[in-house]
Amino acid sequence: MKKSKILMVLAGLFLGSLFFFPIWKITLIAPQYPEPLGLNIHINRLSDGVQFYDVNNIDLLNHYIGMAHLPSKENVIKGNVEPLLEFIIFPIVVSVMSVLALIVGFIGKPKLYLIWLIIMVILGIAGLYDFYRWLFIYGHNLDLNAILKITDPVTGLPMGYQPPFFGYKKILNFEVYSFPAIGAYLMASSMLLSFLAFFISKKEIKN
Amino acid sequence: MKTIVKLAFAFILASFFGCAPTGSDKDKGTSKGALSGNAAEKVYVAPGEYDSHYAFISGGFSGQLSVYGLPSGRLFRVIPVFSQDPEKGYGYNEETKPMLNTSHGFIPWGDAHHPDISQTNGSLDGRWVFINENNTPRIARISLETFETEEIIEIPNSAGNHSSAYVTENTEYVVAGTRFAVPFPQKDMPISEMKGNFKGALSFLKVDKESGDMNISFQISMPGFDYDKCHPGRDKSHDWFFFTTYNTEEANSLLEVNASQNDKDFIAAINWKKIEEYVANGGGTKQPTNYAHNKWDNDKHTATSVMVKEVLVVDPKDVPGAFYFLPTAKSPHGCDVDPTGEYIIGSGKLAAAMTVHSFSKMIKAIEAKAFDGDAYGIPILKFEAVNYGVLEQPGLGPLHTEFDSRGNAYTTFFISSEVVKWNVKDLKVIDRHPVYYSVGHLMIPGGNSRTPDDKYLIAMNKITKDRYLPTGPEVCQSAQLFDISGDKLELLLDFPTIGEPHYAAGIAADKISSKSKKIYKLEENKHPYAVKSEAETKVVRNGNEVHVYMSMIRSHFSPDNIEGVKVGDKVFFHITNLEQDYDVPHGFAMIGANTSEMLIMPGRTATSIWEPKQVGIWPMYCTDFCSALHQEMQGYVRVSAKGSNTPLTYTLDGDIPGQ
Repeated sequence: MKKSKILMVLAGLFLGSLFFFPIWKITLIAPQYPEPLGLNIHINRLSDGVQFYDVNNIDLLNHYIGMAHLPSKENVIKGNVEPLLEFIIFPIVVSVMSVLALIVGFIGKPKLYLIWLIIMVILGIAGLYDFYRWLFIYGHNLDLNAILKITDPVTGLPMGYQPPFFGYKKILNFEVYSFPAIGAYLMASSMLLSFLAFFISKKEIKN
Repeated sequence: MKTIVKLAFAFILASFFGCAPTGSDKDKGTSKGALSGNAAEKVYVAPGEYDSHYAFISGGFSGQLSVYGLPSGRLFRVIPVFSQDPEKGYGYNEETKPMLNTSHGFIPWGDAHHPDISQTNGSLDGRWVFINENNTPRIARISLETFETEEIIEIPNSAGNHSSAYVTENTEYVVAGTRFAVPFPQKDMPISEMKGNFKGALSFLKVDKESGDMNISFQISMPGFDYDKCHPGRDKSHDWFFFTTYNTEEANSLLEVNASQNDKDFIAAINWKKIEEYVANGGGTKQPTNYAHNKWDNDKHTATSVMVKEVLVVDPKDVPGAFYFLPTAKSPHGCDVDPTGEYIIGSGKLAAAMTVHSFSKMIKAIEAKAFDGDAYGIPILKFEAVNYGVLEQPGLGPLHTEFDSRGNAYTTFFISSEVVKWNVKDLKVIDRHPVYYSVGHLMIPGGNSRTPDDKYLIAMNKITKDRYLPTGPEVCQSAQLFDISGDKLELLLDFPTIGEPHYAAGIAADKISSKSKKIYKLEENKHPYAVKSEAETKVVRNGNEVHVYMSMIRSHFSPDNIEGVKVGDKVFFHITNLEQDYDVPHGFAMIGANTSEMLIMPGRTATSIWEPKQVGIWPMYCTDFCSALHQEMQGYVRVSAKGSNTPLTYTLDGDIPGQ
């Protein structure tokens, strides 16, 4: 089997591994939380980022400032929150693209490698934009009966609690960090592998 | 004449303080010593930093076990063991009340003496700490994951459970010896007929390797002496257990005189392996008895108390070769075995001498039958045949000895108020240091194991008088921390303790801290009245009993409005803390309840009973400052007159919870 084909099949497997690893991680540190709280974001669910029960404990703290429940499976089942559409769409997209990567790999045409990569880049950008949009809604959709209503000292408007999209932000007593997690790196590697497959396959044809 | 008196006086002093230090040495430990020796630096644990050792210091007559950090001397927690603790609800809530049950009924108090940490291969393993109750004989096992009392077992046929609760090198057994000789089994008879008719029960409690559950494996009916202290053999003497005895005179009154007549009492050497074998082959007699065995269930968050009706008794006569007496200077108190297992040391409380016996000499003496008669059929070994040597008059009133790993022993002297460091092999005093005042036990972390930790020693003092700011007639007792890493004892710190710091067990912090439990998982909670969510909370009436299935979470109770309770009802608040976050306990208190508050850890369920006596609207609230809205965590119960027809309702924010 040609090297390029192997690379492309690997690209598909790397992408498929997103079912097992989180793509993003938000970490919250506060004086009362020297051992931070953490939120892992997967393509299909949320999970505890640092310790047992983190998702619920973040919810518990957020209720003081009137934030909605996180769209965890438990909250959906309890009826606390609507299911998140992305958790249905993302797994389908990832499955389809992984299978396509395998098919493309077996066919072995350079052009197809490139097309797969371009689609992935478009989907990736769309995914990131969607994530940003969700963070904005989550941070601004506040209960009018919130226990603590804090206004922004600069704008005079109700304070928003949107977590950072990338990097660091201070939100009330919390230092919030938001960074790609292992899944994001696996996805990037998958795209890099498909590019290498395209690059090598062209050489292979020349030879 | 005056000169002669002076000389005589000097002679007396010198004989008592043969190795007395010079005056300048005595000054160390005062303000000057602390500065010159950088003691402050050695005990300073910066804010947010951890101590290097845990010290589990018994509360003596407080009945509890306190947890301190060393070297800072900071108190972290008081673990309720034998006494009720209204702060935590221990012994007041329905779940923990059975822990304090005995054959005499519920007892709210105990006298906690000797904590000992479980061992594996002769070293501390940090799984459990065992402690004895002296007054109503009991042994408790405390988990070092939850820092809670998990088991209390009553010891029958025993009285003044003092030579307890020491563990063998693999925690095969916890041993509990009687201080008082008593009729065995108990019966009505004249006290004056004690001699020859009373017995001393030595109990061996088998410890389950996995769960730690204790069971009385066998009880030895020893002659009716007083069994004061004991320790297991180590390494080569692993199979043996040693007990000091006093009142071998078998006096039943004015013991201070009548039990102090014999120049020598005994150390009893007992081969528990031989007895274990004898028992395994069907030996021993089952005798009827009655004692309580109380166990805590970590899934049901509830204790149960079972009365046990039988105990296996072993008569020393039936196991030849397992029992010997070693003559030891006058009313020995401490019975300590060095880390190698070779030296068995009796602190001759009234002789001002340390008797050091040799284990290998003892074995040879047994083989050579070097006996000096017997006591009630138990051979008495010849003193010269077992004795390694005697350290004469190192101080006054020797009580207890612990060891470092360099062959040194550290002994407390109650009357002369000092700790003396001496070399066991050389029988020579190396250093001495005064303590303030009247020291009982001392503790070196691991100092009663094969592997002592040579850094710290704490001396536990009964009298403090001028050492702290006065607090009326009753002043604190105290512990004093020494650095023993050098040749000289260096006093670093004084710190007050709870109750009487009778004895302590110490261990390197990293052997325990990482295993310390943070929360109880809600999904593992099998308490019959637990609720897993607010939707499950409810109130159920059953005759005049009202069962409230309540939950608590930041920052409300569910339900928090209850109506339809009547005067004469018995209201059970079964409350589950739904939190699953570390260090978020909630408390519960109900106005007029004839009990304590409850402090409920995350994931736990506990029950408090309230019997309302007056009509009205009665509040309840959270007692532990749990959150920014702690002060809002409150509720009301409406109490109507007896026979009124107020319907039973329960709500949260106007609705039935979960609807």
